[in-house]
Amino acid sequence: MKEINELLNLAKIEGVLGDKETASIFIDNNKILSSNGVEGLVLKLKEQKDGVDISVRVLPGVIIKKPVHFCFGILHKSRVQKINMNIVIGKGASMNVFSHCIFPKNDPSKHLMEGKIKIEEDGTFRYFEKHIHSEKGMSKVYPHATVKIGKGARFRTDFELIGGRVGLIDIDYDLFCEADSSSDFITKISGRGKDIINIRERAVLLGENAKAVLRSRIAARDETKAEVYNKITAKAAGAFGHVDCTEILQGNGKVKAYPEVEVLHPLARVTHEANLGGVDNRQLETLMARGLSKIQAEDLIIKGVLS
Amino acid sequence: MAILSIDKFKLFKSGKILLEDISLEVEAGTICALVGPNGAGKSTLAYALMGLEGYREISGDIFFDGKSIKKLSVSQRAKLGITLAWQEPARFQGLKVKDYLGASAGKNQEEISDALRRVGLSPEKYLPRAVDKNLSGGERKRIELASIICMKPRLVILDEPDSGVDVEALKKVFEVMGYLKSIGTTVIVITHNVQVLKQADLAFLLCDGKLIDESKGEDVAEYFKNRCLTCPHKNKPRESKIKKI
Repeated sequence: MKEINELLNLAKIEGVLGDKETASIFIDNNKILSSNGVEGLVLKLKEQKDGVDISVRVLPGVIIKKPVHFCFGILHKSRVQKINMNIVIGKGASMNVFSHCIFPKNDPSKHLMEGKIKIEEDGTFRYFEKHIHSEKGMSKVYPHATVKIGKGARFRTDFELIGGRVGLIDIDYDLFCEADSSSDFITKISGRGKDIINIRERAVLLGENAKAVLRSRIAARDETKAEVYNKITAKAAGAFGHVDCTEILQGNGKVKAYPEVEVLHPLARVTHEANLGGVDNRQLETLMARGLSKIQAEDLIIKGVLS
Repeated sequence: MAILSIDKFKLFKSGKILLEDISLEVEAGTICALVGPNGAGKSTLAYALMGLEGYREISGDIFFDGKSIKKLSVSQRAKLGITLAWQEPARFQGLKVKDYLGASAGKNQEEISDALRRVGLSPEKYLPRAVDKNLSGGERKRIELASIICMKPRLVILDEPDSGVDVEALKKVFEVMGYLKSIGTTVIVITHNVQVLKQADLAFLLCDGKLIDESKGEDVAEYFKNRCLTCPHKNKPRESKIKKI
């Protein structure tokens, strides 16, 4: 209970524990602290020697009314957490998940996420993942997943790592999008010190009228190194994809972006835009002319980009 | 009493003289206009007064409240109460109007909402929006004016607030200039608009980087309309109008 309360406090979540209508999972390191399913949502969790297997299945046609809460933390020294996540959203079903990944200790820790997500026909899955890290940058985080988005299904994910230091983050996602599906993947990360940010996101638009947008918003302060590789392949008529990457550099950081677009059907379309560089001087001078210092102005501009 | 005085001011850029021997005084609490043909140096003078990067290689001096400000940074000048509204306001990806205006007004939500209403924008509709490409140029101009109102500056330079705006927005520009004057702000407005020029207590006519005339807004408006707008000698005024400094 002590660990759950610590996680809840750090995540600033209230009213989840004890609410039988809110599905939730709490894990510290590789230990299951608590889990609660709701009608139409089948949760299966199993502790393994080196991790936790989690199976989440929303039955066909079921709309999970309240957001589901996942809380994964490493509250002890020098630990490795491995989560094997398998999520299935049944045909016509819908679920929103708020996931908090909490690594507050100033000790080395490693979080590995291997996800397999399947959204069946006309299903909807929204996944908001927020990371809360310590200020020392000792965490290494590897969220990797494969997502299959069925015909007419909707997938949206927001990944946010703005509080605390990143340490090392290595995001690797593959999206396979069937006809009439839509996917929106947004990543917002702020790096400081010697943080390392690696992002690889690939989407394949397999079916007619499938749509995918991959968006990255990165702030690389100090000596942060950030590399973003986004690729969208469109294979069917009416498919539309867009890659949008903004990386702001401040200090001695290094940023790279590799937007790759591939179109294999004459009636498909993929666009991309990338905007990398220091804080825009005109924006800076506008805010300084209102009385902000250079540092305050830069922070406000970066806040906007990451909002 | 002069709130701003410019003394034998020269501005250089890449070895060229952009502004030459400009001397002028602006009285506190007045509206002054800076007029002249395209390329005369009006915006350049505005940027130099604000101390923007690339506009700091100068000779002569600028005095604000009797003290030299030529060595002060943009932020330091703003802290004294000097600010600038750009002709083409900057766009800020993701930055909410409420945070943008909050940079000038602090956390005072009432002041922020009031400023938006003064420029004819609904706070409910605009506060949650971002100051980005989804706003039209006219909307961004109004939001820029709202940020000036929030700041309550002692001296504001408005760089062509009337360009690219519709009739309704132009009306708001007049109202905002009047409001700023009513709260004691000194306004320097750069304009090509004779209507705006006529509102000015005093107008300065620039040509080819030189100050060639200063007079009542109405008088300069007549001269500008009849002479400058039709002048065949780009940036070359009649010799008789060149002010002897």
